[in-house]
Amino acid sequence: MEKLTCFHCGDPCDSTIITSNDKHFCCKGCKTVYEIFSEHDLSCYYDLQTSPGAAPKEIQGKYDFLTQANIIEKLTEFNDGNLQIVTLYIPHIHCSSCIWILENLNKLNPHITSSQVNFGKKTVRITYNSEHLSLKEAVLLLSTIGYEPYISLDDYKTGQQNVNRSLIYKLGIAGFAFGNVMFLSFPEYFEVGEFWLEQYKHLFRWLMFAFSIPVVFYAGRDYFISAYKGLGAKLLNIDVPIALGIAVLFIRSTVEISFDLGSGFFDSLTGLVFFLLLGKFFQQKTYSFLSFERDYKSYFPIAVTTMDSNNEETSTQVYDIKKGDRLLIRNEELIPVDGILIKGKARIDYSFVTGESETISKTSGEKLFAGGKQTSGVIEMEALKSVEQSYLTQLWSNDVFSKNKEDGFTTLTNKISKRFTITILSIAVIATSYWLFSNASKAMNVFTAVLIIACPCAIALSAPFTFGNLLRIFGKLKFYVKNASVIEQLASINTIIFDKTGTITSNKKSNATYEGIALNPSEESLLKNTLRGSNHPLSRTLYEILDAHNIITLNHFEEHLGKGIEATHNNDHIKIGSASFVGATETSVLNTTVHVSTNNQYKGKFTFYNKYRKGLSKLFNRLKKEYDLVILSGDNEGELENLKKLLPSKTKLIFNQKPNDKLEYIKYHQTEGAKVLMIGDGLNDAGALAQSNVGIALSENVNVFSPACDAILDASKFNQLHAFIKASKSAIKIIKWSFLLSFIYNSIGLYFAVTGQLAPVIAAILMPLSSISIVVFTTIATNLLGRRMNV
Amino acid sequence: MSVIYVLLSISISVAIVFFVAFITAVKKGQFDDGYTPSVRMLFEDELVKEQQKPSVKIKKTN
Repeated sequence: MEKLTCFHCGDPCDSTIITSNDKHFCCKGCKTVYEIFSEHDLSCYYDLQTSPGAAPKEIQGKYDFLTQANIIEKLTEFNDGNLQIVTLYIPHIHCSSCIWILENLNKLNPHITSSQVNFGKKTVRITYNSEHLSLKEAVLLLSTIGYEPYISLDDYKTGQQNVNRSLIYKLGIAGFAFGNVMFLSFPEYFEVGEFWLEQYKHLFRWLMFAFSIPVVFYAGRDYFISAYKGLGAKLLNIDVPIALGIAVLFIRSTVEISFDLGSGFFDSLTGLVFFLLLGKFFQQKTYSFLSFERDYKSYFPIAVTTMDSNNEETSTQVYDIKKGDRLLIRNEELIPVDGILIKGKARIDYSFVTGESETISKTSGEKLFAGGKQTSGVIEMEALKSVEQSYLTQLWSNDVFSKNKEDGFTTLTNKISKRFTITILSIAVIATSYWLFSNASKAMNVFTAVLIIACPCAIALSAPFTFGNLLRIFGKLKFYVKNASVIEQLASINTIIFDKTGTITSNKKSNATYEGIALNPSEESLLKNTLRGSNHPLSRTLYEILDAHNIITLNHFEEHLGKGIEATHNNDHIKIGSASFVGATETSVLNTTVHVSTNNQYKGKFTFYNKYRKGLSKLFNRLKKEYDLVILSGDNEGELENLKKLLPSKTKLIFNQKPNDKLEYIKYHQTEGAKVLMIGDGLNDAGALAQSNVGIALSENVNVFSPACDAILDASKFNQLHAFIKASKSAIKIIKWSFLLSFIYNSIGLYFAVTGQLAPVIAAILMPLSSISIVVFTTIATNLLGRRMNV
Repeated sequence: MSVIYVLLSISISVAIVFFVAFITAVKKGQFDDGYTPSVRMLFEDELVKEQQKPSVKIKKTN
């Protein structure tokens, strides 16, 4: 039989199939969305893309906090009179259907004046009439059609964010000036001394001067600032020779045209700045839909429901939660502070924090930690700490989070530029002193010519273009790197540290082995059918692992929360669950086990093991030759034997590590000279990711959340890790080759400069030529590298 | 030959007009999102179809 999939969301229709208008739906929610759309003549939604939707989730009461004026004020971009504008992040935006439906929101509710999607950022900007439609209603409308916005504590800040577009302005100005100056300087390249040219050359030259002023003082400003800062810190960074080159070019050209000595080098000057900025622009490739700077704020809700002594429910901003407050946590809500469970059955999913997907059951009186998500029903808890003082959030008070990783790192370009600058200055001095003796009138000419021609445009461009292109290639292979310096750091690491749960193990599936008396077919069938009725994650997992059996109807089925399940069919009785529930003696405490007994006779147990990611041993064996490998796990040692078998023997295995221990471990090894690559996934790795030289967050779904890091790697590409590191190393080689290439150009230029024959036309040819050939070389080389990785 | 002044001022002012247009476009945020407009412009047809649909419906109900 062909498997039916939902017309709306594309999920397979397993348990329930709802049919309406010849279309199948997996749940009522999906059908409702379809009905809303067809009612408003928006069924085109399904023509653009097949099954583009998402099933709407239960949201009752979740957005009550959106009625508070101070929260509305902070979330909206514009709020005046009847008009409000809000930008909401919607993770589900993924196709053209999404854009279409979200931009036609006004058809669903006439009080929405306009809505505009930014596909890259996955946001929608909604303008609406707040007199008729409140923010809460707008959010609820989005939720009912399956586009639930994600509103977190991170959004709780006032005002619009300023977009920094200065680089585009600068690039525009430099490009504009470059084009015009080239056009004005062209006549003088070849026709020297022609009559009309002699008449008008002053006009041409002063026009070029006018065009160059904004280029030097606005577009090239950053180079002067950076060079000045570098010198202040006693560093000869690459911007020092660049700033020197720009300054000398401008001053010498101005002097030349003022005293009618020549046409100046305005063409080379504007071209130089234009190419440099182009390199910067190219390197600035960012993934706008990913955030590398997340802290706990992006995970936490803005407000939770609190209850006063009369059991009155109110929404309270999470920063206002005090010790002793009673909180109401609904299903699927996050616990924002540490506290004690008072009422209800808690089943907490700490996967945000630890990466462990299995839920933990708690009974009243037990402690709950911030960051967990309640997954069954409503609970009440009492806050023990405020948000900032909670166990998890305290991690962010560590000063690693305020440190900028790039500060302590000298890039390859800056290493070269130190020697380069000294060499150029000495060549300039030697050449000038030679000319002072042989022909003093030419000395100044030679001095400036050396500084002009040696301006390391090509060197400055090698790294941005190589890394910029590699960032793009990595992005296509689902490895999203924050910026270029991360690739450079990745090439220099010597130690790799892995988190265990969720990183080297896969989140979804577990393996289970059975120990004990073999079950006969009827017992197996009973077991499978009993598990079918239970929603406990372990039951679901075990159910998936066991062979299929015919569906039988159970005479009796009962689930004992926190203990196990029991069922009867005909005369057979089965108990599945914890050791004490089944009547066995607890043997292993480290592993997760499920015990089985039939007709009051103990049969055996299923022991669950983590399922390791595909290609794990292969990856480790490849990595072990070059790197020290460490596994740093927050879990107990239950998996120790398993890991030992799987991984190369010299891998260090360290268990029971708290978030702060991980951070300290890395810090300690860094003081001993280790360059650490940390690979983790949960919020508990956030400290370690920040402390390491390169922190990579592994993510099953890159659109969902990952802690602050330097790079995000899609979990399916985990076994490619070695290839990415190797590619980074090759990138360094490419840059070194392009340095060599630019040195050759520089030597040719220096020959003209030192011998005092540098004409503007030579500079105007040599400078763009060297820049363009570097760009072409690095682009081709990195593309070849990318092609090799694809295979 | 003084026509060159006229030509120069024309060419430069044309260049400046385009330059100003570019700057205002950046300022208005037209370069912020490089993808969505390319999809959005293909939607025009669906919107037209939709406006026709209600009129057909009305005929049927009457």
